[in-house]
Amino acid sequence: MFEIRIHGRGGQGVVTTAELLSVAAFTEGRQAQAFPTFGSERTGAPVVGFCRIDDRPIRTHEPVAEPDAVIIQDATLLHQVDVFAGLDADGYLLINTSCSPAELGLDSYVQQFRPDRVMTIPATELALTHLGRPLPGAVLRGAFAALTGQVRLDSVPAVIRDRFSGRVADGNIAAVRDAYDRASRQLEEDVRAETG
Amino acid sequence: MLKQVEGSRGVAEAVARCRPEVICAYPISPQTHIVEALSVLVAAGELRPCEFVNVESEFAAMSVAIGASATGARSYTATASQGLLYMAEALYNASGLGLPIVMTVANRAIGAPINIWNDHGDSMSQRDSGWIQLYAESNQEAVDLQVQAFRIAEELSVPVMVCMDGFVLTHAVEGIDVPAQDAVDAFLPPYVPRQLLDPDDPVSIGAMVGPDAFTEVRYLAHAQQLRALEVIPGVAANFAAAFGRDSGGLVRPYRCADAEIVVVALGSVLGTLKDTVDELRDEGMSVGVLGVTSFRPFPMEAVRTALAGARRVVVLERALAVGIGGIVAADVRTALSGLPVPLATVIAGLGGRAVTKKSLRTLVADAAADRLEPLTFLDLNLDVVEREQRRTG
Repeated sequence: MFEIRIHGRGGQGVVTTAELLSVAAFTEGRQAQAFPTFGSERTGAPVVGFCRIDDRPIRTHEPVAEPDAVIIQDATLLHQVDVFAGLDADGYLLINTSCSPAELGLDSYVQQFRPDRVMTIPATELALTHLGRPLPGAVLRGAFAALTGQVRLDSVPAVIRDRFSGRVADGNIAAVRDAYDRASRQLEEDVRAETG
Repeated sequence: MLKQVEGSRGVAEAVARCRPEVICAYPISPQTHIVEALSVLVAAGELRPCEFVNVESEFAAMSVAIGASATGARSYTATASQGLLYMAEALYNASGLGLPIVMTVANRAIGAPINIWNDHGDSMSQRDSGWIQLYAESNQEAVDLQVQAFRIAEELSVPVMVCMDGFVLTHAVEGIDVPAQDAVDAFLPPYVPRQLLDPDDPVSIGAMVGPDAFTEVRYLAHAQQLRALEVIPGVAANFAAAFGRDSGGLVRPYRCADAEIVVVALGSVLGTLKDTVDELRDEGMSVGVLGVTSFRPFPMEAVRTALAGARRVVVLERALAVGIGGIVAADVRTALSGLPVPLATVIAGLGGRAVTKKSLRTLVADAAADRLEPLTFLDLNLDVVEREQRRTG
């Protein structure tokens, strides 16, 4: 079972990101489950979404306490919420930011992770380019596919096409592909840097 | 067709395939997505003939359902929490009149303090209302129980609540197979009312009954609900034959037969419990789970049979009867009467507190080591409790 926890703020599409990741995995014939933390939703308030992916039926309904991957949609949460709770050194970390981990004050924290499992991506800027709206979900799903391989690149746009149409679908799909390409290049550079 | 959808969406589609002719509801979290989806289906003409009645309260919602059902229309509503309390008076009328209304309860805590999250305090408070109560373990079972509920209700002329954990199930997106229309049509025949309000053939229903016959009326209602102990497994068997899926029934034992410790529970916590049991079994512990699907009528014989071989029974409750403790536990204790099986009650998951595998493992270990008090509150924060007790003297 691969477990994902997504941190963001109300209005940023955290719940949708979790749901569409689960649908992407489902279209690949896998079992998946997505659900939000449930509150009196307010724009800007911290929100958490969960997604589980497995090849066996998923029976549990508890929140994800020990995620295999954490996606942070809003880096301003880094020092407000314990976004890293339960994430161990084998985990994946994907942060929406135009800053480096050092600039975020995370340099020593991310040292424990494998370099090819930590990624920052300016998802809000890329979303503004492709969608004209600051919704980082599509970018992060594309980068997540490249980073973890838990969903395939072609599943993510297919789900978008199924849900949206016209310019909204086109913009989101362009954002996914751009993010996937950037993330793949970044991972290749990491590997090159590591192997010298 | 198997789809990856929110539990509420799956339930709404399943209800629509049952062809209700009147749906009336008042929105309340976490039931809202169910009735929103149904209202869209009705407005789009995808569910015909069906009238969606907007009402001003839950009391009105149940009252409209009663009126519609009495005229022979298949009637449906859904609610939660305070909404269910607000319909309480009408609930007793629906069951007293023998009207086969089906209602989904998206289980949520009751205030005060106000809390929108999940527990079973709402439906448990209507335990004695004369409605059949079925509890879903998963979204798939919630969907399947909707279809079974109409058959059970109409066969017995008794209303049925399908209880599903609010948010935990209603807002979870999972792979759900919503039965196809032709298959539901084959499984669920058109509603033939036992009695009918018809201007061409006038009758009175719900007339006053005095001391001379009130006990007999109540006895008959009790006897009729007990008949559900035969009907519910029969409908589940027919459902399994038609749809190839095992859902519903009275109880659902899991690795129970040879288990020394059996945890009894209702609703979505059963999935997490099964994962816990598998882990503990791998570690050599003899533990099983008994899911109670039908809480009303309470399946005394089935529960007694399933638990007869256990050395210890733990009843995990998502509701609290203030002043005594367990609600389900009292019934389980009755089912076990005469058997030398000690029983502990554990109150867990109130007001949306997550019931985790970690806590369940500790709980079972405590039960195995005989460390469990007769009444325990899972993950109770004693610091908070003691501070408040000091403050208030």
